[in-house]
Amino acid sequence: MKIVIGKGSCGIAAGANKIQSAFEENLSLAGLDIPIETTGCIGACYLEPIVDVFDDAGNKITFVNVTTDNAREIVEQHILEKQALKGLQITDADMTMIGKQKRIVLKNSGIINPERIEDYLSVDGYEAAKKCLTELTPEEIIETLKIAGLKGRGGAGFPTWFKWNAAYKSPGAVKYMVCNADEGDPGAFMDRSVLESDPHALIEGMLIGARAIGANEGVVYVRAEYPLAIVRLQGAINQARESGYLGENIFNTGFDFDLRIKAGAGAFVCGEETALIASLEGERGMPRLKPPFPAQKGYWNKPTNINNVETFANVPWIFRNGGEAYAAIGTKDSKGTKVFALTGKIAHGGLVEIPMGLTLRDVIYDIGGGIKNNKAFKAVQMGGPSGGCVPDSLLDTLIDYGEITRTGAIMGSGGMVVMDETTCMVDMARFFLDFTCKESCGKCTYCRVGTKRMLEILTRITKGQGVDGDIELLEELCYKIKEGSMCGLGQTAPNPILTTIKYFRNEYEDHIYNKKCTARSCKALLTYAINEENCIGCGSCKKKCPVEAIEGEKKKVHKINQDLCIKCGKCFTVCKFDAVLVD
Amino acid sequence: MSHETHEHGCGCGCNDERIKPFDDLTSVLKKYADVPGSLITVLQKAQEIYGFLSFDLMRYIALETDISIAKVYGVATFYTQFRFEPIGKYLVMLCQGTACHVNGAKMIEEVVMDDLNIKEGETTADGLFTLNNVACLGCCSLSPVMMINDTTYGQLTPDKVKNILTEIKEKNDSQEGQK
Ligand SMILES: Cc1cc2nc3c(=O)[nH]c(=O)nc-3n(C[C@H](O)[C@H](O)[C@H](O)COP(=O)(O)O)c2cc1C
Ligand code: FES
Repeated sequence: MKIVIGKGSCGIAAGANKIQSAFEENLSLAGLDIPIETTGCIGACYLEPIVDVFDDAGNKITFVNVTTDNAREIVEQHILEKQALKGLQITDADMTMIGKQKRIVLKNSGIINPERIEDYLSVDGYEAAKKCLTELTPEEIIETLKIAGLKGRGGAGFPTWFKWNAAYKSPGAVKYMVCNADEGDPGAFMDRSVLESDPHALIEGMLIGARAIGANEGVVYVRAEYPLAIVRLQGAINQARESGYLGENIFNTGFDFDLRIKAGAGAFVCGEETALIASLEGERGMPRLKPPFPAQKGYWNKPTNINNVETFANVPWIFRNGGEAYAAIGTKDSKGTKVFALTGKIAHGGLVEIPMGLTLRDVIYDIGGGIKNNKAFKAVQMGGPSGGCVPDSLLDTLIDYGEITRTGAIMGSGGMVVMDETTCMVDMARFFLDFTCKESCGKCTYCRVGTKRMLEILTRITKGQGVDGDIELLEELCYKIKEGSMCGLGQTAPNPILTTIKYFRNEYEDHIYNKKCTARSCKALLTYAINEENCIGCGSCKKKCPVEAIEGEKKKVHKINQDLCIKCGKCFTVCKFDAVLVD
Repeated sequence: MSHETHEHGCGCGCNDERIKPFDDLTSVLKKYADVPGSLITVLQKAQEIYGFLSFDLMRYIALETDISIAKVYGVATFYTQFRFEPIGKYLVMLCQGTACHVNGAKMIEEVVMDDLNIKEGETTADGLFTLNNVACLGCCSLSPVMMINDTTYGQLTPDKVKNILTEIKEKNDSQEGQK
C-alpha cells in the first residue's frame, strides 16, 4: 500500500504540503506505516490537491480537492474501514478531461516520482537515448525526426530536424545544445510542469539532440520564477550523472555530454533565441539580426541548437515508437500532440495534451468542461502577447499550425486563456500592450516607441477618451511596427490589437462613440447607482466611499452623487444587498 | 584585481576609499570572477546575500570582476529580478499574467494596496511588506495568484487576501513579542 501526493507548484499552492503533514499525522495516530510518495502534476489543476491511494494489489483510487479534514477521513474510513468516500473520489466527468487526451509529453506527469531516476527507468527511460547512441548515426537520428515531422513547440513551429541538421552540418569541434525553458507567455505553464514532473524526459531528449549535432555541452535556461523546477531538474541532472547518462563515455560509446542550469533573471525578450544567447553570455538580453543563425554562430559564436522544453520532451517517445508512429498522429501539416494550458474562465482548468487536428471547441468544451459559472463564451486567447483572440464563430478551427495562424492568432507555446462575456476585449488588447511595452528591449524604435504610443491610445479608449480615427491610427501603427521591428517581439506585438479589432470592432466603437463598455469591465465607463428597492441604508457604501459621493441617513435609501463619483467601484464591492447597480 | 591597476582619475570610483569590500561575496567571486559570462550569476548571488544591489555593491563587483561599472549597471537594470533598494521582510509578488488578469488580478491588487497602504514597488513604513507585480507564477489554473516569500497562494478572493495578510502580521507580531 502507498499514498501518492501530487506536488507540482500548482499542487503545492493548493495546499499539498499541508495535506502531506495531515496524512503523516493521521497515519501515525492510527499506527499505520504506509509510505507517502511525491509525484508531479497530472494536469487537472482544478482538482488539486490530488491524492492517489494504491492498495496492496496496486489498484488506484484518486481523491481530489483533498482538505486536511479529508486526509483524516481517508485514513480512518477508506484505509482502515475500507469504506468508499464517493464525494471525494474522481468522477467520470473528471476522467473525460484526462481520458480524451493523447499523452506523449505528459505521459509520466503525475504518475512517476520525478525525484527518483529509478521511476523514470521503470517506464523505459533512457532506452531511446541508448538506441540513438549505440545503434543510430547522427544522420539516422535526424532522418527519424524528419519522418516524425516534429515542429518546435516554443512558438515559431519550425521543423526540429531542419535545425538539428543545420547544427550538425555546421563545421566546428565545439557545439552547444541549449534548452529554452524561459516560458515567457504569461498564462502558459507546460514547460514548468515537464521540468517539475518529468525532468528526465527533457534530459534524455537533449542527450539525443546533442548526439545528433555533436555537442558535448548543454545548458537549460530556466525562468527565474520557477524555483521548484530548478530544484527538480538539478536533482535529475545529478542522478543522471551518477547513473552514467550524463558525463563522459555515455553507454560506453565514447560520447561525452554534460548539462547545467542557468537561471534567467526576468526578461520576456530572453525567450527569443539570440537574446537568450546574449543572456547566457552574461550580457543584456537583446536580440540581434539573423542570419547568422545560432546553428552557425550561437553561444560563444559556436554552432548552437536551441529548442523548447516540450520539443525535447517529445523526442524520447519518437525513438521508442518510431517516426512513423508519431507522424500517424495529427494533421497533414502538424504532427503529434500539443500541450495546452487551459486557464481563465474555463470550468476545468489545467494542462491538457491532445492530438493535433481536434477543434478548439473539442478542447474548450469536451475536455475543458466549457465556461465557468454558466457564462457565455466570448473568445480564447492563444499565443500570449504574440498571439490573438479567436472568437466564437471560429471555434471549429482545427488545432494545426496553419489553421490557427489563419485566424490571426498563433499556436504559440500553448497558452489558451478563455474569456467570457465579462472580459472587455479592448482592455485585453491594452493588457497585452502594457506587457510588450514594458518588455521591449528598446533596440528598435518602432517597437520601443510604437508599443508605447499604442498603449497610450488603448488606455485612452478604455478611459472613455477615445476619439474618431483611433481605430485607424492603431491599425496603421500595427502594420508599421510589424515591418519596423527586428525580432519576433515587435513583429508580433500588434497581433492582440489586430485580432481584437478584426473580431470585436463593435467593442472598440462602443467605447469610442457610445462611451460604453458592454463587458462592464472598464471602470471609467460605468455608472454606479443605488437600487432603491434593495438598499436598507446600512451605510457601508457611504463609509467606504473615498470622495464622499454617497449621502443618506441610516436606515434610509442612499444616493450616489454622479458629479462627485470617481467610479472606483468600492461601493459595489462592499454592498452585501445587491443594492449598487452598475451599468 | 587590485585598486592600483586603475590609473588615478579613471572615474570608475575604484580608488574611492569608501568602497568597503563585501566579504560575504568572496567565495562567489572566487568561483565566478574569471569564468566568462558569469556576470548575471554573480549579481543573482549577490542579491541573494545582501537582499538588493546597492551602488557600492555593484561597484565592488565591477572592480573584482574587471567589468566596467557601466556594464554591470546596464545588465542589472535590464533584468526585472534585480532590485536596487532594500525590501521588506515579506515580498508580496502579485501575478499580473493573462490568466490572473482575466480572473480579477486588478481587484486583488487594489485590496493589497488598500490593506498595506503601499503601491507597486513600495515597502511599508514598518519594513514588513514590499509589493511587486510579476508576469506569471506558472500556477495560472489557480488564478488569481500571489506569492509571499516562498509560499504561493491561489484562487484568491478579497477576503482571502485580507486574511492571509492579517495572519502574517499576527505571526510576525508574536515572533517579535517573543524576542
Ligand atoms: C519575444 C520572444 C519570446 C520567446 N519566448 C520563448 C519562450 O519563452 N520559450 C520558448 O521555448 N521559445 C520562445 N521563443 C521562441 C524562440 O525564439 C525559439 O524559436 C524557440 O525556443 C525554438 O525552439 P523550438 O524550435 O523547439 O520551438 C520566443 C520568441 C520571441 C520572439
Ligand atoms: S497568469 Fe498568473 S500564474 Fe500564470
